[in-house]
Amino acid sequence: MIESILGSLLIGSIHSGTPLLYATLGEVFDERAGIVNLGLEGVMLMGAVAGFITTVQTGNAALGILAAALAGGLFNLFFGFLVITRKANQLASGLAMMFCGVGLSALVGARFIGSKIQGLNEIRLPFLSDLPFLGRVLFNHDLLVYMALPLAFLVWWVFFFTRWGLSLRAVGENPTAAFAAGKNPQVLQYQALFIAGLLAGIAGAHLSLALAKTWSEWMTAGRGFIAVALVIFSKWHPLWAVVGALLFGGAIALQLQLQALGVPISSFLLDMLPYLLSLGVLAIWGRSRRHAAPASLGQVFRGTE
Amino acid sequence: MANTTKSKGITQLKNPWLAGLARFLGLFVLVFIFFALLLWAFGKNPFKAYADIFLNTLGSSYGFSETLVKMIPLILTALATAVPSRIWLINVGGEGQLHIGAIFATWGALTFSSLPILILLPLIAALGFLGGGLWAMVPGILRARGLVSETISTLLSNYVAILLVSFLVFGPWKDPESANYPQTAEFVEAATLPAFGGTRVHLGILFVMAALFIFHFILSRTRWGLELRAMGVNMEAARRSGIPVTRYVVLLMFIGGGLAGLAGMCEVSAIQGRLRPSLSPGYGYMGFLISWMAGGNPWGIVAAAFLLAIVTAGGDILQMTQGVTGSVVNILMALILFVVLARRGRRAGGK
Repeated sequence: MIESILGSLLIGSIHSGTPLLYATLGEVFDERAGIVNLGLEGVMLMGAVAGFITTVQTGNAALGILAAALAGGLFNLFFGFLVITRKANQLASGLAMMFCGVGLSALVGARFIGSKIQGLNEIRLPFLSDLPFLGRVLFNHDLLVYMALPLAFLVWWVFFFTRWGLSLRAVGENPTAAFAAGKNPQVLQYQALFIAGLLAGIAGAHLSLALAKTWSEWMTAGRGFIAVALVIFSKWHPLWAVVGALLFGGAIALQLQLQALGVPISSFLLDMLPYLLSLGVLAIWGRSRRHAAPASLGQVFRGTE
Repeated sequence: MANTTKSKGITQLKNPWLAGLARFLGLFVLVFIFFALLLWAFGKNPFKAYADIFLNTLGSSYGFSETLVKMIPLILTALATAVPSRIWLINVGGEGQLHIGAIFATWGALTFSSLPILILLPLIAALGFLGGGLWAMVPGILRARGLVSETISTLLSNYVAILLVSFLVFGPWKDPESANYPQTAEFVEAATLPAFGGTRVHLGILFVMAALFIFHFILSRTRWGLELRAMGVNMEAARRSGIPVTRYVVLLMFIGGGLAGLAGMCEVSAIQGRLRPSLSPGYGYMGFLISWMAGGNPWGIVAAAFLLAIVTAGGDILQMTQGVTGSVVNILMALILFVVLARRGRRAGGK
């Protein structure tokens, strides 16, 4: 009994944590480049709807993921046009992108409400999936879940062990200095935003292709904003993001479990957990967090004008 | 925001100012054309859609009154952002503050329903203000102590507030008589803001006028407003010259949140007549964008709120006449914002 509850809880937190992780890694790219993206919600929705429609039309979930990533990347490039090229206010642009994503995905997806798809199915690995308990908990997931952890390590490697990652972090800390050192901050920011969009789009696809297997308006339900909080929670570090996403996914899973067990507590109160948890953690970490933030976050690089 | 740069920009651009305006209007026309093409691409008739939107918002006195109805919460939530933004506080929590204001007002309306209207209405208005204010004060305190940026804490607390409304109307406050609908019992007459003959425009419009007037008057005509302006320019210098910065941070967050709470009170009391989860189509976020578009200028807020009120009302109309989901107008709103954002950014810097 205990084992089965624990197992379901772990599976649940992995499931709910996966889209959060992709989205958070995306936002880490945004913010390491010095750009706050409150429009992540919109990017995820564009990914979710593009992935779903492609999967309905082609019957191929892999193509769906690809379409979702591309839709997210392109959508985020437009955000980049606003905040990089046009030097627009990042918070307001982000919120506007959120509204745009909500509206556009609703319009595009309207005809596909109620469509059925096979979606992304669990892949069983030889031997590993047959392990008692562990096999059920860790090795009975869809492709995107398996890819999430290696991806986090890849992002970590890119940030801290490649020239490009170093340049990107330099831009996030001090674009003027990076510019003086011969980097082009704007190009690097566009690249980071495109990657961020790819990842957030995949996050959306995981929701519509693997978890819900349907499309509904505003199906991200605030996960984009949780991801923004998770970035701060994880101190802009891709590996801490894994911990954060699992923890928050766990909060979501716990709520589903308690409901399934018939514990008489309102699901709405449990839904608050992730938000309260982030607020609490941010407050406790308080000042120590400040040093971790990219120094030029939110500011506009005006170059040599 | 960015008042200094803005005034500088206008003097610089004295001559090409008209040309700039023309280009700006041209961009708006492009926005409407683009949205029309989008509707057309998805099998809707864009001419009929625009006719529906404009005839039903500007084309009749009732339609116009409905636009005014939307402007009430939009202006209040815009001020909820504009007031704290005087000292560079970024309140993205209007949506949540609106919901908490609605909760407080509903509690008052349901608990003291036997009071006469002249006592009950001011009471629930005050409760609404208090609710929104207290909700915004928490991020204010966290910020003043240097713990959490108010941007992120107000953003996150929106979701908590919205869920709190759902919890109440699905749970303890659910009206047993409205079988399957998650809503509270209907407010008594004495808890309902009266509307002007035949329209839904309600007394809340007085709150709006008062708030706009006080906002404008205090900021431009009082010592207090000057102190704020000084703080807005350089918070550290203000702190050293003895202005109690911490107290101001908390106070301005309280006032801002209170105004959003008042918007919530207006919605439950005058429009919904009860507490429902579908209280707001995102007024709080739109208010943020309005305040930002207007640069915190009171007249600009009215103008931008008018524009977005037409768009919001247009969403309801399109849903009825064209059978498209109402959130489609979010695209139109976003496109308008993109135009403003892209131009403002060039002129006044990002922050």
